[in-house]
Amino acid sequence: MAQIEEVSIGQFKHLVSERALTGETMLLNMGPQHPSTHGVLRLLLELDGETVVNCIPDIGYLHTGIEKNMEAKTYQKAEVMTDRLDYMNTMGNNLAYVMAVEKLVDVDVPVRAQALRVILVELQRIASHLVWLGAFGLDLAAMSVFLYCFRERELILDIFEMVSGQRMMTTYIRPGGLWRDVPAEFETAVRDFLKIFPKRIDEYEALMTRNPIMMDRLLQIGYLDPAVALQYGVTGPTLRASGVDWDLRKSRPYMGYEQYDFNVPVRTEGDTFARYIVRIEELRESLKIIEQAMNKLPMGPVRSENRKFVPPPRSELGTSMESLIHHFKLWTEGFPAPKASIYSAVESPRGELGVYLEGDGGPKPHRIHMRTPSFDNLAVLPEIVKGHLVADLVAILASIDIVLGDIDR
Amino acid sequence: MDKKLEPIVKALQEKFSATLEEFRDEAHLFVKPEQIVEALTILRDEHNFELLSALTATDYWPQQEPRFHVVYQLTSLAKNLSLQLRVPVNGSDPKVPTSTGVYAVANWRERELLDMFGIEFDGHPDPRRILMPEDTVGHPLRKDFPLGYEEPQFTFNLEEIDLRKPYAKE
Repeated sequence: MAQIEEVSIGQFKHLVSERALTGETMLLNMGPQHPSTHGVLRLLLELDGETVVNCIPDIGYLHTGIEKNMEAKTYQKAEVMTDRLDYMNTMGNNLAYVMAVEKLVDVDVPVRAQALRVILVELQRIASHLVWLGAFGLDLAAMSVFLYCFRERELILDIFEMVSGQRMMTTYIRPGGLWRDVPAEFETAVRDFLKIFPKRIDEYEALMTRNPIMMDRLLQIGYLDPAVALQYGVTGPTLRASGVDWDLRKSRPYMGYEQYDFNVPVRTEGDTFARYIVRIEELRESLKIIEQAMNKLPMGPVRSENRKFVPPPRSELGTSMESLIHHFKLWTEGFPAPKASIYSAVESPRGELGVYLEGDGGPKPHRIHMRTPSFDNLAVLPEIVKGHLVADLVAILASIDIVLGDIDR
Repeated sequence: MDKKLEPIVKALQEKFSATLEEFRDEAHLFVKPEQIVEALTILRDEHNFELLSALTATDYWPQQEPRFHVVYQLTSLAKNLSLQLRVPVNGSDPKVPTSTGVYAVANWRERELLDMFGIEFDGHPDPRRILMPEDTVGHPLRKDFPLGYEEPQFTFNLEEIDLRKPYAKE
């Protein structure tokens, strides 16, 4: 075993102010075990009284080597790893990865599968924002919001369990389509949710939006300048709350997003309250998309007929020799991808979730990199929190909505 | 390739004598390590590429020259364009000038590459490991770094395998 050296201030000398070296300001660890860091994140804070002078995030406590592991698996089998990235957005991660694979090997997806993907990803966006809203309330000491949010999230997870058999680690969206078609009860469950949920958003807003304690804690706290945000690669609702209108669903539509009529909420204030409002608005916009997609959900197959990449249905295996061979080849060897690289990105609840995928002619990826939005969104935190109180730091950290599984990968 | 992107790519190709590769409508430009900061500055200031979407690398071991490609994925919000710059780096002494001065996002992303690939970025303000512990030996995403493996223990060989497990014994 290597001897672990004691951490000295010498390592952080270039990151803290002169006053920390003389002992005038205090260095304090917030985390790794701390309820408001949303996982295992350590923030090394330099404090002058209760004011934050410097903030040095320390990440990597949840690093599991997902990129390295995916290189050792075939394209189909690597997909289960994407669920474990951002555990609040499993369907979205599946979609991002699967779209990258489809772009690399050039497979078409049937329209029914595209529409179902949109419905599921938007449901996942609502579920993710609900967890965010609950945790955000909890960080501001509003306990009841958390309970309400998790009540509604349960409805969405029930739908996921109905379609895929899993509540969180779904792996339902597969290269070339979906695992299987949705069951007959799917439509009723989603329609019920669409009926219930708008009133529930009003309830959250009644609890939080005009609440004087919330206003005091959030208004004009944690201003993020749009130019700084772009420099740090911030995307998603955090960027849109700073007045930059950039949503990949609008600007580079994928999976038929161009057919749906929805708005991209943008606020120009750039403070914690704006980030809160943008996400609440996004809940309503996601509902609009789901409703339109449900109304014109086409019939037809949910998987591509291209047998070189998509396994044949179970029923064909007993009657067709060719199907049996395809099935065997796909699950033992996998399908080959060309020796080339692509970059494909989707809009996850947190921002641009990009996949850099490089094939080497064989059935396993040569290199896969997940450009995860939380990583860059956290990097901007030190810029926002300087000069704020520690209590405000908690609110700001909650408002940029990080998921540590997404950061550490 | 997008029509709007063609003049930008052409200008860069002439300025840096860069080679172009295209695949599935994506444009990949190859530039030399010493040109990358200037190329990024031109793209940001003159062609509205405000966002460095991704900064990553890939390893072509056992090929040594060039062993790594550092990949810069740029996005222009104003023009809705994407462009990829690739910098081939040799395996013996992988070094690239830092682009933290052009895009602040490069700070953490370059630390990640230092950590995972051992590619050094000249002039980086904070060259520490970011994801792995400080005392890690080696760079995990290199192709010559073995993937970890744990032997499954069953009742008949539980104690035998336990003896060679690396955790501390009392």
